[in-house]
Amino acid sequence: MRRFAVIALLALALLPAGAHAQKQTAVKEFVVGPIKITQPWTRVTPDASTVAGGFMRITNTGTVPDTLIAGTALISHRFEVHEMVMDQGVMKMRELRPGLVIRPGETVELRPGSFHVMFIGLKQRIKLGHPFKGTLVFEKAGTTEIEYSIEPFGTRVPGDGGQPMPRTSETGQHQKKSH
Amino acid sequence: MLRRLKIAVWGLLIAGAALAGLTQLGWISSGGLPRVEVTIGGPFELTDHNGNRFSSKSLEGRPFAIFFGFTSCPDVCPTTLLEMSNQLKRLGPAADQLTVIFMSVDSERDTPSHLKAYLANFDHRIVGLVGSEQEVRAVAKSYYAFYEKVPTSTGYTINHTASVYLMGRDGRYRGAISYHEPEAHQLAKLRRLMEGNP
Repeated sequence: MRRFAVIALLALALLPAGAHAQKQTAVKEFVVGPIKITQPWTRVTPDASTVAGGFMRITNTGTVPDTLIAGTALISHRFEVHEMVMDQGVMKMRELRPGLVIRPGETVELRPGSFHVMFIGLKQRIKLGHPFKGTLVFEKAGTTEIEYSIEPFGTRVPGDGGQPMPRTSETGQHQKKSH
Repeated sequence: MLRRLKIAVWGLLIAGAALAGLTQLGWISSGGLPRVEVTIGGPFELTDHNGNRFSSKSLEGRPFAIFFGFTSCPDVCPTTLLEMSNQLKRLGPAADQLTVIFMSVDSERDTPSHLKAYLANFDHRIVGLVGSEQEVRAVAKSYYAFYEKVPTSTGYTINHTASVYLMGRDGRYRGAISYHEPEAHQLAKLRRLMEGNP
């Protein structure tokens, strides 16, 4: 009986750790009406950057098209919705007006090199471990609050680990590997 | 009989020489297309990220790579700067002979000190250049590099050629690295540039 009690206590003690671990890896999802926003993320940018891109997947589970027309982010003064197209060696970025259309049943992926939201006029640096909130405004579904998780510099797909910054402002030297 | 033969042979020789000469001059097509020479690149002098004047004369006899962008560029420019930094590292000590130039096409917003701060995260050997609208337009034109300012609801962005131009020791255009070209290809191109092979 006592052995069972000890094991049970141990299990209970580890439960919060398990739950916490689960939270760390869970992909964030936000819902507003028929619109589902999955895993909003951004990445660390060069120190002196005044802009950054925001990425996510947006799914329209409804029966009529909706448009992402605006948004905000605590990290920046301004917010725009953009598309990027490579046209014969020229990278063209275009603000989408009125916005990004999500057709019924469709999932649009906002990712580097493609559709993205732009944080313009950063109020502070984007830092690992410091997610920040923002809002998205859909023409029909309305406004929802979301939170952007932070990926390392050079990330192209969340979880790919990004790339080391060649130099950091702290050391001013070529980044050394540290463990 | 012999005299006629001599005349014939001489005639043939002269005709042959004339044909060869005319072909050389391009009066007669040797079978190929007419040659048109386009010179990519040209002399320039702008301000570097330390606020000093930087002239292309200082690059004479040394290979260099140059690309056009701006610091409010969210993807292409940081990625290219990162990739070029990685390549410089891979080239080892030979990299000191290669000058990598990042030229801003955003004369309005990019100042030398801003460029310096922006480049602080990348290889210290990368040179940032800024200039007036006229200066920048002239350089971009000589490189056949495209850029255009596009207004947005809160400001503007700039579309621009995403390639890195590779210039040889002789100052002549040697090729380009396209955006997102596999890193192994990039490195091979840079090595060939350094060795002086086309």
